[in-house]
Amino acid sequence: MLARLPRLSLVLLALIVLGAILVPWISPYDYATPDWDSLNLSLQWRSGHLLGTDDLGRDLLVRLMWGCRISLLVALLASFTSLFIGVLWGVTAGYLGGRTDAWMMRSVDVLYSLPFIPFVIVLTVIFGRDIVLLFIAIGAVSWLDIARIVRGQTLTLRQREFIEAARVGGMRPAQIIRRHIIPNLMGIVIVYLTLTIPTVILVEAFLSFLGLGAQSPLTSLGVLIADGASQMRAQPRLLICPSVLLALIVYCSNRIGDALRDVFDPASGRGHE
Amino acid sequence: MRCVMSLILPPVAAMSEPLLRVDGLSIHYPGPGGPVAVVDGVSLALERGRILGIAGESGSGKTQLLLALLGLVPGAGRVTGSVRLNGEQVVGAPDSRLQRLRGDRVAMVFQDPMTALNPQLRIGLQLTEVLAWHRSLKGARARERATEMLASVGLAEPALLLERYPHELSGGMRQRVMIAMALLCEPDLLLADEPTTALDVTVQAQVLDLLGELRDRLGMAILLVTHDLGVIAQVADEVAVMQGGRIIERGDVVGLFAAPQEPYTQRLLAAARRLEIPVGVPA
Amino acid sequence: MGAYFLRRLLTAIPTLLVIITLAFALLHAAPGGPFDTEKAILPEIRASIEATYHLNESLPRQYLHYLGQLAHADLGPSFQYRNTSVNELISQGLPIDLTIGGLALLVALLLGMPLGVLAALKRDGLWDRVAMAFAMLGISVPVYITAPLLILVFAVLLHWLPAGDWGEGAARNLVLPVLALALPYAAYVARILRASLIDVLQAPYIRTARAKGLPWRLVILRHALKPAILPLVSFLGPAAIGVLTGSIVIETTFELPGIGRFFVEGAFNRDYTLVMGVTVLYGGLIVLGNLLVDLCYAWLDPRVRL
Repeated sequence: MLARLPRLSLVLLALIVLGAILVPWISPYDYATPDWDSLNLSLQWRSGHLLGTDDLGRDLLVRLMWGCRISLLVALLASFTSLFIGVLWGVTAGYLGGRTDAWMMRSVDVLYSLPFIPFVIVLTVIFGRDIVLLFIAIGAVSWLDIARIVRGQTLTLRQREFIEAARVGGMRPAQIIRRHIIPNLMGIVIVYLTLTIPTVILVEAFLSFLGLGAQSPLTSLGVLIADGASQMRAQPRLLICPSVLLALIVYCSNRIGDALRDVFDPASGRGHE
Repeated sequence: MRCVMSLILPPVAAMSEPLLRVDGLSIHYPGPGGPVAVVDGVSLALERGRILGIAGESGSGKTQLLLALLGLVPGAGRVTGSVRLNGEQVVGAPDSRLQRLRGDRVAMVFQDPMTALNPQLRIGLQLTEVLAWHRSLKGARARERATEMLASVGLAEPALLLERYPHELSGGMRQRVMIAMALLCEPDLLLADEPTTALDVTVQAQVLDLLGELRDRLGMAILLVTHDLGVIAQVADEVAVMQGGRIIERGDVVGLFAAPQEPYTQRLLAAARRLEIPVGVPA
Repeated sequence: MGAYFLRRLLTAIPTLLVIITLAFALLHAAPGGPFDTEKAILPEIRASIEATYHLNESLPRQYLHYLGQLAHADLGPSFQYRNTSVNELISQGLPIDLTIGGLALLVALLLGMPLGVLAALKRDGLWDRVAMAFAMLGISVPVYITAPLLILVFAVLLHWLPAGDWGEGAARNLVLPVLALALPYAAYVARILRASLIDVLQAPYIRTARAKGLPWRLVILRHALKPAILPLVSFLGPAAIGVLTGSIVIETTFELPGIGRFFVEGAFNRDYTLVMGVTVLYGGLIVLGNLLVDLCYAWLDPRVRL
């Protein structure tokens, strides 16, 4: 299975994630404290600022890694929230079936037709000051895809012999779901987790770019891109570096997610893309 | 199992070349262990006004053989040997030349009328475009000719039919449309790939009668490919049995059906009789 | 066709109602009122402001009041821009959004369709690889990166085009915003059309068309392209939504006075009525867009019964 994954994407993403995790311990500079002696340094190996510094003298590489850290944290938070709700909703609908299922999936259909980004912006009005709460809320409104897929899988699982056996053996629905159905959904859930994380990273960057996401001095990829865009005339480096990093993260995760989907979910791997 | 070929080449008429002459035709596709032959050294000849039935199970290379006669073998397939139509070589001919031949001198009726007609286009356009391309016949005159042809294959209200989409027609009607489409330019040779398989038994008989009648009226030759020996018994003059890409037995219909030599042919015949396929029952 | 349209229109109304209700509930669940920041307000003035905006009434009453306003196509006064109604802000901004969004969709189709067809016809060839690499790039790079980068290259470094400003909709001012908005959708269009054309080219009716002797040009243009375009039509719905939300970024980056910018400012300043109004408008536009796409699909595909 691993042989079919895009290796370069895996290695790159692993390096980025590792940097984001380890940055508080390995970085020689602080990401928030201005350094008035080294404003706007361009790429310099000798000064120790590998990618130079920004307009407040803060090391760009360190800020990039911190930005990644926040973006990834926020993305994980939202993804797990959406996963939690989506799996619960999908399994319940798929396992119980009948009218409950019809009602639950009908409400998913209605929610699907809502304008997602405008609603996320409405959420920023409510949770504006608190990015953690904001992204839990974003996760709470983006569980629809996962719920649909999990429901479909549960429907097929329900027909399988071992579930039948458990039911005949007197196991209660909650037990069957926990012991038999959820473990069998892990593959598909992992696939959609890898596809949801980059989506949320993009949403975070979108909001931060508009000034509605992470608030200074906290940084994120979106904040860095917005800062870079405002200074690109003098320092295009400040725009290009975070942009490349974001595009890399999204590209690599999408490649890995697609490859994983082909492995776990042969039904959806029929496309020619 | 005995797989020795009894390849009897038909006697070559000294004075005139037959309408269709196939010599040592092979089609290879790349496989995991080297090229795989789906058609393997097939030779046959067909005179004007005759119907040759090719019998064999699915996967015996029948459809590939027909596609090769049109020069339409998919990209990965490698075609060797010779196919001469009216004395003209088809194998290796440039597409621009083949485009003039296809639909004009040689036409094909496909197996599944449900998918072989374009669902997005009206019947009228799918017919008249053939006339526009091969005969430069356009507008009202093309529509008139298309209407005539639909009527001649036994379709009622042909003028209204031109405005319909394929999905609005029944399976039998669609197959008649397919046949009408193939006959628009009065081809010398009609290739029919399981033309009745997707149809009801009664409609099957009607379509077969139609093929025989058209042969009599227009004097064209028909190469009829099917897995169903009953169909061949009903309309064909000669029959060739295909297995694993080769022709293993051939002869005239009456003789071969009376005394099949190959065990494979015997089995096919036994199967056909068990299913009680209506042989020669007009509808 | 008329009955179908009416039926679809009727099913759209509950969706709109859900959008309005949800937006209303969310905004009113928000901690603190819109005027909390202005600490120096006298209680009497505050009370009078709240009376003008009906904030002193109970929530259900406020909700019914809002619905009543909406029924008259009135989105109420803006909190932020006193003396200006949300309707006025929207009628100022909407033409800009529609111009940029419409042009971007058009450019996306004009750019993406030839690319997708080329890639499908030269499948696995050089052109296919180039086109698909471009498409992958277009999909991975979001608008808020392409927009500043385009400004950097074409405005800052090359001085070919202005870096922003509406400029009364002059063509020069439109090029960069429209291009930035269109690029990702051009990429999607190319990918979708490539996949569906490759699919269609395997169809038996394409073989029929070839067997009729039709030249490639006709086979592609007449027989393959029309069915291949159907998935693209269904993509237009999501694409229109994406263009609409993408224009929020575009308007901020290029300093264009469209609704997207009002929306972001409204969110920033907790201008509830403005945010509500724009959300409802977006919802309405999206519902309308999906309706148009469905009609378009039904019109294009003869198999869909109306």
